[in-house]
Amino acid sequence: MVKTPVPAEENVAPGHMGCPGCGACLALRLALKALGKRTIMTVPACCWAVMPGVFPYCSIQIPVLFTAFETAAASASGVRAALDAKGQKDINVLAWAGDGGTLDIGIQALSGAVERRDNIIYICYDNEAYMNTGIQRSSSTPIGAWTTTTPVGQTRAWKSEPKKSGVEIMAAHRIPYTATACVSYPEDFVKKVQKAASIVGPKYLQVLSPCPAGWKSDPERSIQIGRLAVESTVWPMYEVEDGVYTVRKPAKKVSVKDYFRTQGRFRHLGEKDIEEIQKTVDAEWELLLKKETMTARK
Amino acid sequence: MSRQPRSYKDLPLAPITYEDTREAFKTGSWRTFKPVVDNSRCKKCWICWKFCPDMSIRILEDGTGVEIDYDHCKGCGICATECPARCIEMVPED
Amino acid sequence: MAKKLINGNYAAAFGAKLARAEVIAAYPITPQTAVVEQVADFVASGEMKARYVCVESEHSAMAACIAAASAGARTFTATSSQGLLLMHELLHWATGARTPVVMVNVNRAVAPPWSVWADQTDSISQRDTGWMQFYSESTQEELDTVIMSYKVGESPDIMLPSFTTEDAFFLSHTFEPVEIPSQELVDGFLPPFRPEIRLDVENPRGFGSLSMPHQWYMELRYLIAEAMDRARERILRVEQEWKELTGRSYGGPLDEYRTEDADVVLMNAGTAASTIREVVDNLRREGKRVGLARIRCFRPFPTEEIRALGRRVHTIGVMDRCYTFGDGGPFFTEVKSALYNLKDRPAVKNFVVGIGGRDITMKTVGKLYDNLFRIKAGGLDSEKEWIDLKRPEVG
Repeated sequence: MVKTPVPAEENVAPGHMGCPGCGACLALRLALKALGKRTIMTVPACCWAVMPGVFPYCSIQIPVLFTAFETAAASASGVRAALDAKGQKDINVLAWAGDGGTLDIGIQALSGAVERRDNIIYICYDNEAYMNTGIQRSSSTPIGAWTTTTPVGQTRAWKSEPKKSGVEIMAAHRIPYTATACVSYPEDFVKKVQKAASIVGPKYLQVLSPCPAGWKSDPERSIQIGRLAVESTVWPMYEVEDGVYTVRKPAKKVSVKDYFRTQGRFRHLGEKDIEEIQKTVDAEWELLLKKETMTARK
Repeated sequence: MSRQPRSYKDLPLAPITYEDTREAFKTGSWRTFKPVVDNSRCKKCWICWKFCPDMSIRILEDGTGVEIDYDHCKGCGICATECPARCIEMVPED
Repeated sequence: MAKKLINGNYAAAFGAKLARAEVIAAYPITPQTAVVEQVADFVASGEMKARYVCVESEHSAMAACIAAASAGARTFTATSSQGLLLMHELLHWATGARTPVVMVNVNRAVAPPWSVWADQTDSISQRDTGWMQFYSESTQEELDTVIMSYKVGESPDIMLPSFTTEDAFFLSHTFEPVEIPSQELVDGFLPPFRPEIRLDVENPRGFGSLSMPHQWYMELRYLIAEAMDRARERILRVEQEWKELTGRSYGGPLDEYRTEDADVVLMNAGTAASTIREVVDNLRREGKRVGLARIRCFRPFPTEEIRALGRRVHTIGVMDRCYTFGDGGPFFTEVKSALYNLKDRPAVKNFVVGIGGRDITMKTVGKLYDNLFRIKAGGLDSEKEWIDLKRPEVG
């Protein structure tokens, strides 16, 4: 047997409808490598509601419950309750949702499930807008980005509000485990998913998943772009386990500009705009490092 | 598409799937560029395999390199971009 | 069998317990709260071996029930009014997914103005969701119907969700002596829920996939229509089985009272039927040939039963504790449409009555029968009328 960097097991079949270079496709492939076949997942409206294929075909090779937009977490809770009622303990229950389904319309159900300490793994594959419906802004769209509902015109109407932080919201719920991840770091993502699976209670991961169609980027650069997001600390990689922050410091640091210029969605931003954003990113990063210091176990 | 229903009588009671996509959906037809691998220069790091969003790279059983599943590869080019040995080339489709 | 003095809400909870519901997901709302409190007590005491999920909304309650049912668990929830309206999206989902969730809805007015009192607009608004709808008249009926609806809904050739309703306070909070069937009796009547296909790691499937116009969407909807049609017969059969075990039945989907030789009949759904029965008895003693036909099941609609009645009687009055703005009472419009293709059809009048919990008294009902007799003698005066409405003084 050839030794592979991530588990060899595949639980997504080829022939799915994901766009070329889709980060979300890689994200699910990796997550299901980590979790294995004894997993039941819920999928609300999102790209992954469509990409598995049309009835009677499905590229996902584990049981999937497709559900309404705002119900990924509540549905996962329902599946877990049924398994508990039947005494089936050794099955992972995964809620798999996009950023709109998680941080906008689904956040109430997510908050409820996490507050109840339901034993589920919730993974938000974050492509930073409503991509399945055609690139509309979500609360997870980063500041400065063009989307079809934050168009670029005379009034500089691109998204002017900062991205909502799913992981911080989850940390505020005193969740046992939450972390960011990025598809450009498969080993790290797989490890985090496996760690999540080993913990009883709610777990929340948010995996940055570059979207060539929505980010106006080259499909072949999806992995590079994810890497730049992490290296620029626009997308910091960190875990919060029982309130303790662990931050992964990038080996080399690049500027926001280096990251932004790989994507057409930031093309309209001027030097000054990018400078402003760089300041915010730096301040957020400093704050994150402080949290790490403050919460370190003595 | 052997098991396609013919009428409502053949359907399960709800839209519950029963077949995977690999036979029915040959997404290789989407390609405009195709990856061509030179296994003689392959470093066996399996980075191309690891990053493929379409499960379209197979590691050869003897571990001497990889092969592309052209039935499904959409030609995104991630493998060619990420290969540290630069042994995958994107070639225009005819 | 033991008798207990309980109200409609407790009766519903006993129904869920006796049916051995395995997953309960519910959110509190007045006047449903006693249902979920009682179920929570049953679970806490160990009398019910179930998982109780304290969801953060009715929407999540229904989502959790659908998911749990998809994983093969028998589910139960209860709600009312705004809560039912919030669930609306997922009521459709439960049907499309063919999950036989059982729910109790306490019929309460919808806001604004805020009102917690009886009104059937909430459940009638769910007409097209594909749920079977049962309207209870008594506490005993509520308990029995919860158990029966599991059996109907979970039949492999039906697999549809259902709710029973209780008029707010008139049924939810009224205490009556209720016979609590033994667990052995219910176990003999209702087999465990074992769906053919469920979320199962040994047999992985995708539930609720998508379909295109040229593919199977239309056919899958047709299967629901067929199942709902089959449910008509099944409801009767299951009620017959229940009767054999308990001696109790409720007259099928259209519960008729003294209609055999009736000239005029009032139709109604819900608790006002008990008041109407009293009036019928009084008028009968005066020699007036009056009857009551209680619509016990709104979906599937008792079309054939209504036609059979329509062939015999001269005038029908349909009472609606709800209204479809821009048309009329929804029970009325459906009754009228069921009768339309009859050769000799009766006159039908709509009485909009008891909206927002306004009391439907014997005096009110007496007026309605008077009106029906006037129609019989002199023809239809008007097609619909709001009863006991505070109207401006004339002149």
